[in-house]
Amino acid sequence: MSQAATTAGAAPAASVASTEQYNYAIIKRFAIAAVLWGVFGMAAGVWIASQLAFPFLNFDIAQITFGRFRPVHTTAVIFGFGGNALFATSYYVVQRTCQARLFSDSLASFTFYGWNLALILGVLSYTMGITQGREYAEFNWQIDIIILVVWVAYFVVYLMTLLRRTQPHIYVANWFFMAFILATALLHIFNNLEVPVGLFHPHSYPLFSGVQDAMRQWWYGHNAVGFFLTAAFLGMMYYFVPKQAGRPIYSYKLSIIHFWALVFLYMWVGAHHLHWTALPDWVSTLAATFSILLLLPSWGGMINGIMTLSGAWDKLRTDPIMLFLITALAFYGMSTFEGPMMSLKSVNALSHYTDWTVGHVHSGALGWVAMISFGSLYHLIPRLWNVNLYSLKLVYVHFFLATIGIVLYITAMWVAGIGQGLMLRAFDQYGNLAYTFTESVVFLHKPYVVRAIGGGFFLVGMLIMAFNIAMTVRSGIKAEAREAQAASAEARTA
Amino acid sequence: MTGLWEWITDLGNSKMLALILFMSTFIGVVIFLFSNRRRAQKFETYRYIPLDDDDSHREPVARRDKTKSDEQ
Repeated sequence: MSQAATTAGAAPAASVASTEQYNYAIIKRFAIAAVLWGVFGMAAGVWIASQLAFPFLNFDIAQITFGRFRPVHTTAVIFGFGGNALFATSYYVVQRTCQARLFSDSLASFTFYGWNLALILGVLSYTMGITQGREYAEFNWQIDIIILVVWVAYFVVYLMTLLRRTQPHIYVANWFFMAFILATALLHIFNNLEVPVGLFHPHSYPLFSGVQDAMRQWWYGHNAVGFFLTAAFLGMMYYFVPKQAGRPIYSYKLSIIHFWALVFLYMWVGAHHLHWTALPDWVSTLAATFSILLLLPSWGGMINGIMTLSGAWDKLRTDPIMLFLITALAFYGMSTFEGPMMSLKSVNALSHYTDWTVGHVHSGALGWVAMISFGSLYHLIPRLWNVNLYSLKLVYVHFFLATIGIVLYITAMWVAGIGQGLMLRAFDQYGNLAYTFTESVVFLHKPYVVRAIGGGFFLVGMLIMAFNIAMTVRSGIKAEAREAQAASAEARTA
Repeated sequence: MTGLWEWITDLGNSKMLALILFMSTFIGVVIFLFSNRRRAQKFETYRYIPLDDDDSHREPVARRDKTKSDEQ
C-alpha cells in the first residue's frame, strides 16, 4: 500500500498554485459539510432502523419517533450528505475541466449558507411535526422558496463558469451535472406547487389532488432518484474514476450515448411507483416499459466506468479509493438491474409496500451514491488541502465495514420484503388470508435487527472516515500555517 | 398545414409528439456520433480532459502509515 495511491494521476508540484487559480475555499466548506451531514444522517438512519426492531426506542418522545425522524434521516443523507458532496465535486470538476475559476465567490458562498440553512430548518421542522408529507420533499413551503433561490444561484454559478471556460469542449461530467441542476429545478418547482394556508403559517395545500397528485409526487420522486441520485453522481464518476485511475474514460462516445439515453428515458418511469393503483393502466405500462429500456444506458455507463480500469486491474490491489469507486459502479449495475425488474407489474405486485423496496433503495443509496461519494471525497480532500490522506489503512477499514454493512442491509431487506410480500398474499383453502398483519410484523423482527446491525457497520465506517478526514485537514492547516510562517520570516530577512 | 398544427397543439397527442421528438433526437445523436470517423476520433480525444489539467499536490506532509514503499 502506497501513499501514491492517493495521488494517482497527479503531476508533481505545479508552478501555479491551484488554490489561487481556482476557488477551493467553497469546495472545502461543502466537503466538510458533506462529511458532517453524513455522520448525522447515517446515525439517524441507524437510530430509526433500531426503532423498527425495538419500538421502545421511541421512548414516547414525539420529536424522536420514527415518523418524525425518518424524514430527518432521508433529508440529512440525500440532501445533506449527497447534496453537499455534489456541490463540492461539481464546483471542483467544473473549475478543473474548464480550467476557469468559479464564477462569483460570493454567489457560491451564498449557495453554501443557503443550502445548509434550508436543511437545518427542514430537520428542525420535521422534529416539530411540520411537514408537507411528500416523500423526499417534506420541506414546508417557506423552506421550498429558500431552496429555489439557492438553486437558481447554483445554476447561475455553474453556467457562468462553463461560459468562461478556456477549454473548447465541455467535458461530459459537466453535462451530467448540468442535467442534474436543470432537472432538479424543474422537479422542485412542480412538486411544490402549493397554496399556503397563510403568509406566516407553515402549512399549505397541494395544488393537485387524488391520483394526479400521486402521479406528480412520483414523477418527482423517481426523477429525484434519476437526476439527483444518479445523473449527478455519474458526473462525479466520469471525473473521479479516470482521475484516480490515471487513465482516460473507456469510451467518450459511449459516455455521450449514456447521457442522452439516460436523460431521455428517466423522465417517463416515475409511474412504476404507482402500479395497481387508480392510475390509468397505460401509464403504468409505459413506465414499466421505459424502466426496462433504462437498463441499457445504466449498464452502458457502468461498463464504461469499470472498463476504464481495463489493463490496470492491479490498482484494485493497491488503491482503496479505487476500490470504493469500482464497487460503487458494481452496485450501480446491481441496483439498476433490480429496479427495472421490480418495475414489472407482476414482480411489483409482490414487492410493493414491502421492505424489498427499502432494500433496493439502499443498495443504490449506500452501494452507489455513498460509495462513489466516499471515493471522490477521499480523492478530493487531500488535494484541497494539498496534503496526503492521514491513513490509507483506515480507508481500507472503512471500505470493508461499508461493504459488509451494505450486504447485511440488503440481504436482510430481501428476506424481510419477499417474506412479507408472500405472507400478505397467502390464502388458505377457503380463500381467507393465511396470515394476520401482526404475524407479518412478528416475522419482520429478525431481519430488522440484522438491518440495524448492517446500518451500524456502515455508520462506524463513516465515523472512521470523519476521523481520517479531520486528521488530514488538520495536517493541511498546520502545513499552511508553517508555510505562512516561513514566508513571513523570509520577507523579514529580505 | 393547419391540420398538422392542430394535431400538434392537441394535448391528447402530446405523448406521441414527445416520443417522436425525443426518439428522433436520440437517433440523431447516435448518427451524429458514428457517421463521421474524424468526428468520432475527435470526440475520443476529449477523454483526456480530466488528465490534462495540472494536479498540483504537495509531497506528503503528514504520514501515519509507514510502509515499505514509502521508506524506499
